[in-house]
Amino acid sequence: MTDTGLHAEVGVRLGLLDLALDLDVAAGETVALLGPNGSGKTTALRCLAGLLPVDTGRIDLDGETLDDPATGAWVVPEQRRVSVMFQDYLLFPHLSALDNVAFGMRRSGMSKGAARKAAGAWLDRMGLGSHASARPAALSGGQAQRVALARALAAEPRLLLLDEPLPALDAGTRVEMRHDLREHLAAFTGLRVLVTHDPVDAFALADRVVVLEAGRVVQQGTIPEIAAEPRSRYVAELVGVNLLRGEADGATVDLDAGGSLTLAEPAHGAVWVLVRPAAVALYRTRPDGSPRNTWQATPAGLDLRDDRVRVRLVGAPPIIAEVTSAAASALDLESGTPVWVAVKATEIDTYPV
Amino acid sequence: MRWPQPVSWHPEVVPETTVRPRHSRRPNRTGERPAPIAVALGAVAAALFLLPFAGLLWRAPWSSLWDELNTPEIRTALRLSVVCSVSATALSVVLGLPLAWLLARVSFPGRGLLRASVLLPIVFPPVVGGIALLFAFGRRGLVGQYLYDWFGIRLPFTTAGAVVAATFVAMPFFVITVEAALRTMDRRLEDAARTLNANRWDTFRYVTLPAIRPSLIAGAVLCWARALGEFGATITFAGSFPGKTQTIPLAAYLALERDTDAAVALSLVLLAISVVVLVSLRDRWLGGFS
Repeated sequence: MTDTGLHAEVGVRLGLLDLALDLDVAAGETVALLGPNGSGKTTALRCLAGLLPVDTGRIDLDGETLDDPATGAWVVPEQRRVSVMFQDYLLFPHLSALDNVAFGMRRSGMSKGAARKAAGAWLDRMGLGSHASARPAALSGGQAQRVALARALAAEPRLLLLDEPLPALDAGTRVEMRHDLREHLAAFTGLRVLVTHDPVDAFALADRVVVLEAGRVVQQGTIPEIAAEPRSRYVAELVGVNLLRGEADGATVDLDAGGSLTLAEPAHGAVWVLVRPAAVALYRTRPDGSPRNTWQATPAGLDLRDDRVRVRLVGAPPIIAEVTSAAASALDLESGTPVWVAVKATEIDTYPV
Repeated sequence: MRWPQPVSWHPEVVPETTVRPRHSRRPNRTGERPAPIAVALGAVAAALFLLPFAGLLWRAPWSSLWDELNTPEIRTALRLSVVCSVSATALSVVLGLPLAWLLARVSFPGRGLLRASVLLPIVFPPVVGGIALLFAFGRRGLVGQYLYDWFGIRLPFTTAGAVVAATFVAMPFFVITVEAALRTMDRRLEDAARTLNANRWDTFRYVTLPAIRPSLIAGAVLCWARALGEFGATITFAGSFPGKTQTIPLAAYLALERDTDAAVALSLVLLAISVVVLVSLRDRWLGGFS
């Protein structure tokens, strides 16, 4: 065992949840805990933050034991130097954005003047200098996210935990916020653990993904590894996004597998392109509505799941679509008749390779 | 021309069932037309609330009001009322806040029973409360005998006793208001504070208290208003000694027999205070406090 990084064995029984997670995070690494609601990922995060003791196992951070029921070791949350960017951000509603960011520094003994000065610098870095005196209720979702991140980072944590950092917003805003978050995270040199139920967030923000299902790790690895070889039906469904490699040049990306796509958010250089199967619409005739990305493809395989059908389509590029079974029969997909594929630019995510 | 339909999920369209029309009086914009019986009984109820106040205002010695209130006896009673009600409120906050926190946050055996017993002084007749206080804190009471023997403290028929009586009846209002706020506030804010280098005390001081601030204020104001109006427990436990335990309600009651104008004037003072309390809390009761 090395002396840096996080080594955690988290064993918790809580209600119906039976969580057993081994998690190692190396210095400078971002690891995503990916799983559905109730899989135990937020519970694991609470254990790391010290808001919940583990029943069995042990948590070591940079050589210091934070929690070990076997020896009785326990470090209280305020002394762990583990910051959390909470779901819903949990900004203190009675404090201004500036005082929210200054909170952690004030409580660790910094003088009021110094803490507020440092907090102001954080807000400037987040592009929120003009919102320093705003109450959280007056901030937009994206602004609140940046204040929450600044507040977490200003406490100078060794480990940063992010719990569902991107809320359910419309696709365009989400893409923009994800992009911002990625940039700000890159500037933080400590360890990062991200909890999300959204594979796209995990792919865009993390170096490595640990997939949790009902309290157990079902698969872990780098993103292309998992997408290429999902080891269970559950993982396939969870990470079953279309993952295409390409070369971006501003608003268009030329895909290695053929064809090109128009992007809402400009990108440059070698990128991964992510498209959710449910965001792929199929038409019998060529659509002339707003989708800019349309091409013809041939159904090559149908995978029926409850009332949903995943359709593998061969074309330029090849893509997987998810439609209702009623739609599948209306389109006569089983006969292999070519269909038109359409994807809205705002539904396409990219991240650098 | 027809647009190609994107093939995706469509909600089932449920056909509207046809309903045979039946004719009744149509409701107007502001709601149903009220039934006459409801209007009549409601008006009687409203009159029951409002007529006594009208009587008070009608009988008030408006021209001599200031002179009525500006006697040494009444000034003494007023000062004593302020001292007792403010002391009782301070005591309720200092003791009631920890109690509310324990009831809201700590699981211990008998918690439900304790929570119910906090409500007792609200449902108790105050006179019964006063008698009960005598047997607890009186010279020969359960605790009172030791207070006197060991410390020389005597509560009945002293100002301190009047404060205890007022605290007894008023503190529940503070405790239940604050306990509800502590139970319903977003406790994840406290988690957030803990991960931001705040210890338990700092978290309570800088996150919990500000979060329940509206309820702290409302609870304290309700508590103070109840203490100010306290009569039964005070007269039973502390008696009615001018300058020591005779607060405005006691003075008003006694004045009724010999000086009606003074009684009415004192009642108007209490009424004015109640109105101010109501107005200051109206947003909380009528519209929440968003």
